[in-house]
Formats: sequence, structure tokens, C-alpha cells
Amino acid sequence: MTDTAAERDLPSTAACARPTAGGVALFSVIAVIGLLLLFAPFVFSDVRSTQVAARICVFVVLAASYDLLIGYTGIVSFAHTMFFGMGAYGAAMGLKFGGADWGHLLLGSVGGVLAAAVLAVLIGLLSLRVKALFFAMVTLAAGSVMMVLASQLTSLTGGEDGLVYSTPRLFKPAMKLVTNADGEAARLFGVPLDGRLALYYFVFIVCLVVFVLLARIVRSPLGTVLEAIRENELRAEAIGYRVVAYRTAVFVIAAVAAAVAGVVWAVWLRYTGPDTTLSFDIMIDILLMVVIGGMGTMYGAIIGVVVMSLAQSYLKDLMSAAAGATSGVPILPHLLDPDRWPLWLGLLFILLVLFFPAGIAGTLMKKGSRS
Amino acid sequence: MTAPSIETRDLTIRFGGHAAVNGVSCAFRPGELTVIVGPNGAGKTTWFNLVSGQLTPTEGRILKDGVDITRLSPSARAKAGIGRAFQLTNLFPRLSVLENVRLAVQARHGIGPRAFRPARAYRDIAALARAHLETTRLAALADLPAAALPHGDQRKLEVALLLAMEPDVFMFDEPTAGMSVDEAPVILDLIAGIKKDGRKTILLVEHKMDVVRALADRIVVLHNGELVADGAPDRVMALPIVREIYLGLPPEDEAA
Repeated sequence: MTDTAAERDLPSTAACARPTAGGVALFSVIAVIGLLLLFAPFVFSDVRSTQVAARICVFVVLAASYDLLIGYTGIVSFAHTMFFGMGAYGAAMGLKFGGADWGHLLLGSVGGVLAAAVLAVLIGLLSLRVKALFFAMVTLAAGSVMMVLASQLTSLTGGEDGLVYSTPRLFKPAMKLVTNADGEAARLFGVPLDGRLALYYFVFIVCLVVFVLLARIVRSPLGTVLEAIRENELRAEAIGYRVVAYRTAVFVIAAVAAAVAGVVWAVWLRYTGPDTTLSFDIMIDILLMVVIGGMGTMYGAIIGVVVMSLAQSYLKDLMSAAAGATSGVPILPHLLDPDRWPLWLGLLFILLVLFFPAGIAGTLMKKGSRS
Repeated sequence: MTAPSIETRDLTIRFGGHAAVNGVSCAFRPGELTVIVGPNGAGKTTWFNLVSGQLTPTEGRILKDGVDITRLSPSARAKAGIGRAFQLTNLFPRLSVLENVRLAVQARHGIGPRAFRPARAYRDIAALARAHLETTRLAALADLPAAALPHGDQRKLEVALLLAMEPDVFMFDEPTAGMSVDEAPVILDLIAGIKKDGRKTILLVEHKMDVVRALADRIVVLHNGELVADGAPDRVMALPIVREIYLGLPPEDEAA
């Protein structure tokens, strides 16, 4: 069989049967984003941009694993930040109470990820056989309980204040990866080769590996079964697939991916609290990222996260600049006041949903399919 | 005489006070094609749902090759060799035609230990799926989403999924309903082909009397959830109770 014939066997959804003009544009954009993230510390010299880049890496994993649930399998869960938080708190407790070394980081992380996996199995087996609405309620309840636990078990979690801790020496800003003649960190293209750089690449590489695994899952025969369950659960069962088992498995996979993202986030921030991991605002952000990017596309997660993160990080700056520029005009400076940024963010969402009903990636892949 | 491959004993299901299937006992042997007839609401589809596992009976037992499967899930029954095509088209609408059939092949043959390979790397599974599409004359439509097919082709795809399951017991629920005069023979020839094989048990719900006469080895008549007649086609069709049921009620499918 030739390669072209093998390609024809691929279509998992009708939309990606063969590359469309929009699809080519989409993957060019993703390639650019990937390159920018790969070289982020060298391209953007300021601390804030690197912070945005690291956040994008972590949230791509979160959004992609959530897309595996909601977009591919049709499972609506509100417990994704709970699993994210379990990974983060695991790593945080290991570093805080054990010590800032690799052994305790690994111990805490594995503990957090395993706890997330076990909880996901329990929730899945107990409630994935009930109706989707009930399942969503169960996850909402579990997430709320976890938030209460995190804020009440002060001795373990630091309560509302969260945990502040150090990271292994490799990631400390004072760490010199390569020293020059003066005993300072050597520079590459003007960027010091220090612990900050090591930390960014730790975040980037772990997130890349998890994302590639998730992308492989949706391309595998398992991915097709998940789509079949989303499309027609009863028929999937009737041709011989144990729907509850598949649903539970995918719920656990998504929980583990979210927990790993939590570990990375905890190491990056050197702080873990309810607001950085468990909050319901983050859950809404993830949901919006997946919807904006395109449900059931996997790569849409990247687009959604980048659009949201850039809007959340830079919209205020843009608006204060615009407000300054229009200071002589009536009303406009008030509308453009940086404090009004949620208004403009909301407007952006409405426009995106209007013009990209299947999400940016989903709509683009269909564009130009007649060519 | 060979042992029955599928058997129901006193099978009953009640919804509230209404017994949709009431004490139905019958057995079906390999190589035999049985047509199940009866007016609308007689319990034919409900009886099918009980056998393939979509419903759980209130009373009674279902046996496959002598093993009790009354409490098994639909997926476990599919693995045990019971295959079902649905009356109302029941496909994976946004997946391609090929993907629909490939899912059924994959369920039957499994994907082996290297589950992380891309789906397209499983060429044997794709080749089998394509063969089933050739048989059902859908090969040219392989890349279209199932929802985009005309009704008749969706019915054929429904049958292709059943073929791909490679069951021992084929259950067809009005496979030619709503099909054009040109299309129906494709399906009927297929069923005749399965029958010729001689090792499969075939259960067929059908209204069209010419189809019944052409294919049936045996006819089972259901009425108000009860089995009222069972036997050779000529004998059953001559029974007064059957004539009463059929002549006393308007025919349901004039297209025949």
C-alpha cells in the first residue's frame, strides 16, 4: 500500500479528511507558536514574557487534556482544576515539608499524580454510568470539596495563603549552568545561562511530552473509539465496546495529564495556593480556551490558550495605551480605561464564537475544503 | 438436530403494568432463518432489545449456546457473537463511512498490544472494513461522513456494521424499511448469502410478505407481546389467528 493510500485511511472526523487551505494556515500558525515557545527566553528578554510563555505551556496541557474529555469523548467535567491542584499541592508539599531537592520533588509529584489517578478511577467507576448532567454535578461537588479541604487543612496546605517553597538548586536564579572567565553565568545570545533558563526548559519539555502523548492518543484506535462514544454511546456499546470502561480510562488519562501540569506549575511559581490551581476561575478559563480553540481538535487547545493568555496578559496594556492616545476625545478614554478590560475580553469572545462557531481550529480546518 | 444457538425462556418485560413482551419461549438453530412478524406494537423490537441487551427482562432467561446471558451488557453480548442491526438508523454520524465500519472491525479483532500506533497503521483492519464496504456497495462513499449519506445508503451502512461484527447470530430489524425498490435487493441478497453459509442463525423482523416468502425457513408471530404462532411459513400463514391479525388490521407497509 502506498503512502497516499494510507493517508486516505486516516479521516477520523470528516473535517480532517485531507489538508485544506485553512488547515495549512492553522498548522503554520501552530508551528510559529511552537518555535516562539521553544526559543521564548531568547526571543523575549523580559521576565513577564517568559512568565506568559510558561503559563501557555502549562495551560496547553490542561486545555488539551480537557479537550480529550469534552471534545473527543463528550464527558463534561468540572473537576479538571481539582486534578491540576492535586499535582501542584503534591509537588508543593514535597518541596515544602521534605526539602528542596529532586528526591522530595519526585516523591511529592508522584504522590499527587497517583492520588489524582485514584480519585479519577473512583469518580469514573461510580458515576460515569449515570447521565452526563449528573456526572457534571458530581465533578462540581468533588471540586468544591477539594477547595474547602485546601483552605481548611491549614497545616498541610497553608490554607488561603498557600505554600511558598524553594525548588531544587538547578532551578534557582543564582544557579550558573555554565560559568565564564569572571565566574558569572555565561551568556548565549545575551541571555544568561542560569537557573531561570533551566526552569523554563523543564516546563517546556514536560509539557511538550505530555501534549505529544495526548495527540498520539487521539490518533490511535483508542481515539476513534472515544469519538464513537461521543457520537453514539448506545451503538458503541452494541458493537462491543465497554463504554463505562473507556470513559473511566479517558477520565483517568486526562486527570493524570492535568496533575502533571500542576506539578510543573507548582515548580515554576515556587508557590501553590487555591487561587493558582483550584479556583473555579481557572476551570472557566480552561473551558473557554477549549471552546475558542475548537472542541475535538487537540491542536485547537494551543490556539485557544494563546489567544486567551495574550488577551488576559496584554489587553490592559493595549487599552491604557489606547486610552492615552484618545485622551482628547469624549467617552472613548472611559471605554478604553484599563479597568474595563473584562468588557473587551467579553466582546472578543462573542466575536470569536460568531465567526468561528466550531472554534478557531475547527472552523479553519473546514475552510477551503472545496479547493 | 443441532443445538439452539439462541434461546429465550419465558422472557417477559413489563413497563409499569404493561407487558410489552410476555412469556416468550423459543429457540433458534444455526443455519435457520426465522422471520418475526406481527403488527406494530406486537413487541418485536422489544424482544430484539432484550436479546441484544439494550433492555433487561423483568422475568425469564436468555441463553446463547446454552450459556445464560440474561445479565450481560450489550458489549459483552456482542463479544459473545450476537450482532444486531437497528430499525432506526443508528450510526456514528460525524465519522466517515469507513471509520464507522472500521470501529466494528476493531471491536471484533482487537488492536493488539501496540495500542499507541496511529489508527491508520492498522492496515489489516482497514482492509477488512473496505471489504465490507465493497460487499454493501458503499466503497465509493468511504470518505463521506455517515450523516451525509442518503437514507438507503445509511441502511446499507447499518448492515455493513453488522457484517463487520462477524456474529454467529444476525439480528436484522426491518433492514429494508424505507429503501427504494432498486436498493432493497442488495440487502436481501446479502441476507440470502449469509443464510447459504449454513452456520449462522438469522433473525429478521420484516413486514414485506414477498421478502418473508422468499427467505423464511420459519415464521414466528408475535401479538400483544405474546408468541401466538411458530412454524413453517406455509403452515403459519394459513393459521386462522394469523389471518385474523393480518387481515383484521391495515397492512403496515404497502410498498411491498
